[in-house]
Amino acid sequence: MNIHEYQAKQLFRTFSVPVPQGYLACSPQQAVEFAESLPGSAWVLKAQIHAGARGKAGGVKVVQSLAEVYEYSAAMLGKHLITHQTDSAGLPVNGLLVEEVSEIKNEFYLSLVINRETERLLFIASAAGGMDIEQVAAESPEKIVRVAVHPAAGLQPYQCRLVGAALGLGKDQQSQLQGVMSGMYQLFLAKDASQIEINPLIETERGHLLALDAKINFDDNAIATHADIAALRDVTQEDPREAEARQFDLNYITLGGNIGCMVNGAGLAMATMDMVKLKGGSPANFLDVGGGTNKDKVREAFKLILADGVVKAVLVNIFGGIVQCDVIAAGILAAIEEMRLHIPVVVRLEGTNAELGRAMLANSRLGLIAADDLNSAAEQVVALAEAA
Amino acid sequence: MSILIDNDTRLICQGFTGKQGTFHSQQAVAYGSKLLAGVTPGRGGGVHLDLPVFDTVQQAVKATAANASMIYVPPFYAADAILEAADAGIELIVCITEGIPVLDMLKVKAALQGSRSLLVGPNCPGVITPGQCKIGIMPGHIHTPGKIGIVSRSGTLTYEAVHQTTRQQLGQSTCVGIGGDPIRGMNFIDVLSRFQSDPQTQGIVMVGEIGGSDEELAAEFIKAGVSKPVVGYIAGQTAPPGKRMGHAGAIVTGGAGTAAGKVAALKAAGVEMVSSPSDIGAAMRACFSV
Repeated sequence: MNIHEYQAKQLFRTFSVPVPQGYLACSPQQAVEFAESLPGSAWVLKAQIHAGARGKAGGVKVVQSLAEVYEYSAAMLGKHLITHQTDSAGLPVNGLLVEEVSEIKNEFYLSLVINRETERLLFIASAAGGMDIEQVAAESPEKIVRVAVHPAAGLQPYQCRLVGAALGLGKDQQSQLQGVMSGMYQLFLAKDASQIEINPLIETERGHLLALDAKINFDDNAIATHADIAALRDVTQEDPREAEARQFDLNYITLGGNIGCMVNGAGLAMATMDMVKLKGGSPANFLDVGGGTNKDKVREAFKLILADGVVKAVLVNIFGGIVQCDVIAAGILAAIEEMRLHIPVVVRLEGTNAELGRAMLANSRLGLIAADDLNSAAEQVVALAEAA
Repeated sequence: MSILIDNDTRLICQGFTGKQGTFHSQQAVAYGSKLLAGVTPGRGGGVHLDLPVFDTVQQAVKATAANASMIYVPPFYAADAILEAADAGIELIVCITEGIPVLDMLKVKAALQGSRSLLVGPNCPGVITPGQCKIGIMPGHIHTPGKIGIVSRSGTLTYEAVHQTTRQQLGQSTCVGIGGDPIRGMNFIDVLSRFQSDPQTQGIVMVGEIGGSDEELAAEFIKAGVSKPVVGYIAGQTAPPGKRMGHAGAIVTGGAGTAAGKVAALKAAGVEMVSSPSDIGAAMRACFSV
């Protein structure tokens, strides 16, 4: 789960990671009020959306007067911001972070992630702050330092010194860095984060380390144990269908094509998308209805797939294991009949009682196309979508 | 021969009296697995499915000399269950539970370092040696004893591979679902090395997916030390980056863990890669007809 920068900075404050002074404004008037209450005569306005690359897209503005605060707030709030990390519709800007301007002496990169290969929490730091870390990793890997933390020992002071040395920090900043890293580590463990990124971490002209930006992701598997984190969810930043799917315990991801896919099992669902693409079609979605599916889930799944009217044909791909194909076929038929579907549906059933299930579909008079294997199912659905 | 489990495997179930534990214990017994007891804290001394119930794994092991455990406890109790099984000396721990927090698995894996226990999963269909022992949620009847070892990160794709190798009259030696989580017990290499030294296994099917670098590591291992034919499939060619595709571990981040990279690595290692999961069985069959 993602949260906003202002929420991440609030968590940073709780865990003693220093951040600039700032407030979330939801109207231009509020933005002006907050600016007035902040020190200095210039401010930063930062659009709060769940995507990066805001600066280049005009979502981050340094303004020099209260009139400008009003003007730019009015221009940004309520609009959609399109960055190269969003889709072409962008994401709605419902809030602006109004912050004091920080005088930057040095910029660094610092993140804490879970490294799958070593099965350790890993700090990644670089003196090339403010840049895309993947680009730094690709172009100048020597500029990146990695420090893995053993779960039993926890973060050790020497590890902070290693990072500080790599960043070329002075003695005073070195001790501040220890506070920053220790706060990140504690926050990560306490709230089941999956990634914490500060880019940039700055050293101000006065020698203070500050997290100028803040990005935190949380482990979806652990959200249920953290009511405070669950409350930070902003559904306006999520694909509405993905949010709805979650309510029905369906794994759904929008992909943008015109062939709807409904599959049991995550691996098979990915394989089905791949097959549609391989046969020259474009999958509309990833959808895993779960290993053992039923009529209610199938109906909700159809609703999700057909919600935006873009889908021209649907491919249902089910491997019946413990749940038998005839039972699944009955569920599919009931859902389709109830929904009065008007677009072609290709169904590929395999596994236990597959022949029985296929016969039921073929005899249903609902115009379903029963396919024998995934190759031919994908070919048929692609042809049908093109013809529609 | 087979790997990991056979007729002599002495099995218990943790989370025995819950809905999932009950259903899949019945299925395991029906398949012929030697399920000897179950564990549910607070239900010790009782009887469930005509089998004794214990409060702790240690008590169950003492009474039954069990050497394998299947875990169906809810996600927030699963780390505790895995470590309890390891502490009681269980040799093979199969954790079916989906949705365990990653940080829990991080601690579990660190705690298992140096332990004699092998962990399969979590978030996996389990392990089956056809005709002998079934530990997990896979449909037993699609399997046939035979010569193909199957290792996979996906449940339903494992069943596809099983179904097809059964139809091709190749059968399976052992099938291991290693699970869809980013941090898990046994990995491709752990299973591949066992298939390589198992005389019954004559060919291997390996099903991977996007995320992480385990397929790439497996490719290096295959190149250096697997002489048996390997058919491979990778799911997720069309998955958008940064999105978790159902499995917690199936995510492409920062250009790493892509399907294309994995396919290239496995091809370079001599693995026969198929672009459709429907072709797994035929490709495996073709390896034996030359």
